Amino acid sequence: MTFETLLFDISEGISTITLNRPDSFNAANEQLTTDLLAALAHAHDNSDVRCVVLTGAGKAFCSGQDLKDAPKSGDKRDLRDSLNRRYNPIVRAMKEMPKPIICGINGVAAGAGLSLALAADIRIMSSAAKLVEAFIGIALIPDSGATFFYPRMMGYSKAFEFATLNSPLTAEQALNMGLVNAVVHPKAFQAALRKVAIKYAQGPTQTYGLVKHLLQQGLVSSLNEMLELEAEFQQRAGVSADYREGVAAFIEKRKPQFSGT
Amino acid sequence: MSLEFTCIATYIPQPGVGAIQLNRPQVLNALSLQTMIELVQAFEAYDADPSIRCIVLHGNEKAFAAGADITEMSDATLTTMLERDQFARWERIRTVKTPIIAAVSGFALGGGCELAMHADMIVASDTAQFGQPEINIGVMPGAGGTQRLTRAVGKALAMEIVLTGRMISATQAQAAGLVNRVVPVDYYLQEAFALAGDVASKAPVAARLAKEAVLKAHSTTLEGGLEFERKNFYMLFATDDQKEGMAAFVEKRKPEWKGK
Repeated sequence: MTFETLLFDISEGISTITLNRPDSFNAANEQLTTDLLAALAHAHDNSDVRCVVLTGAGKAFCSGQDLKDAPKSGDKRDLRDSLNRRYNPIVRAMKEMPKPIICGINGVAAGAGLSLALAADIRIMSSAAKLVEAFIGIALIPDSGATFFYPRMMGYSKAFEFATLNSPLTAEQALNMGLVNAVVHPKAFQAALRKVAIKYAQGPTQTYGLVKHLLQQGLVSSLNEMLELEAEFQQRAGVSADYREGVAAFIEKRKPQFSGT
Repeated sequence: MSLEFTCIATYIPQPGVGAIQLNRPQVLNALSLQTMIELVQAFEAYDADPSIRCIVLHGNEKAFAAGADITEMSDATLTTMLERDQFARWERIRTVKTPIIAAVSGFALGGGCELAMHADMIVASDTAQFGQPEINIGVMPGAGGTQRLTRAVGKALAMEIVLTGRMISATQAQAAGLVNRVVPVDYYLQEAFALAGDVASKAPVAARLAKEAVLKAHSTTLEGGLEFERKNFYMLFATDDQKEGMAAFVEKRKPEWKGK
């Protein structure tokens, strides 16, 4: 599969999606959001794919909407249409993907680019990268899920500050605030990202999917609802081949070889 | 490096960086006399090699080094310990001029913690544990533990570690100033090599003299340290790299170091 604005690769169970418009810091134009949604759909449907890596080529991860990308018709950009048609489906596809998505924040993640990073399940960040809110700088609200992610990940006060004052967060700050899982030296970044991806690609994929769904549900549900849902999902996990393998490996005192099924 | 080792392994992970791995995983890299002999040989060989500009010392994921080889010491008397003079080898490591980074995962206990503190920087995995448990076997740290730990983390925490033998986590060690950074165990080595790459990319003579001057801060008065620093600073004006570095800065280009 090839895309105009992305590099797309599947190997060793890992689908790597690399935003590839380095000259514009991987700004998201129409083509990029179209390509990204198609790539995610492909990774979703392909049973060889056991985890997804989303990262950027060049210096940036993603600088957000490409402000130079002229709308196709009319003079005014229809922002509601742009979100409903382009960004929101991507965020939904990432959250609904029943496989782990690892975001490699290789460089700056700004605006909607930051939202994409936050929609992933795990974030590995280069120590040279920054997180930039950006929207308020052009008098827009944070979108593409940002107003859902920010308060849940940083708490309301920090979220309000971040969304209104537009001060970039360094990698160290992002790590301390719990926005990213690990911060790595730029030179060690690719190797680190790969190690995490391999770990997930060799794990119990189906169960990861269940965990992903449950943890998201946990953000918006009551304890009783979650207890019921856990019972139902545990029953499902219990019929997987990986559960049988996990128990067998435990008894035989060896490492489990998960197939993802 | 053409030396033959049985307790350690040496390799070049990237240009400019020399790696030493403690390689007795079956005993959690306990620091036997032979290990220390080989370590000194490896350090000396790298220190004498102008192509090596930073050294990374590491163990494996489970243990950096879990301490001295107690079996070698259990029957020793005062006289045999004096004759053995095992700390002479540690002294030699202290005087290595090339910057050293310890990459620590798992246990760094007793001599292992002291060895890590011989390095100039420590990169820790999130599973690293540091401690000086000598008190539990009726002795105390003997390879610099009471001195370097106190200088790194302050008296209160050093006392607690030395007097109770309890271990501290990587995160605690970072908060206390003992380690430079903590990264997940899966890639703590890459992180250490990347940091070593940064050091290796700088002017090597300046790096060595700077290391020496920083270490001086712990062994002299402020006045003496400042004089020492100034001498090293002036000394660098006798190097080609000073001319090249400043010319490159003015001409807005990257310097090319000659190492002299």
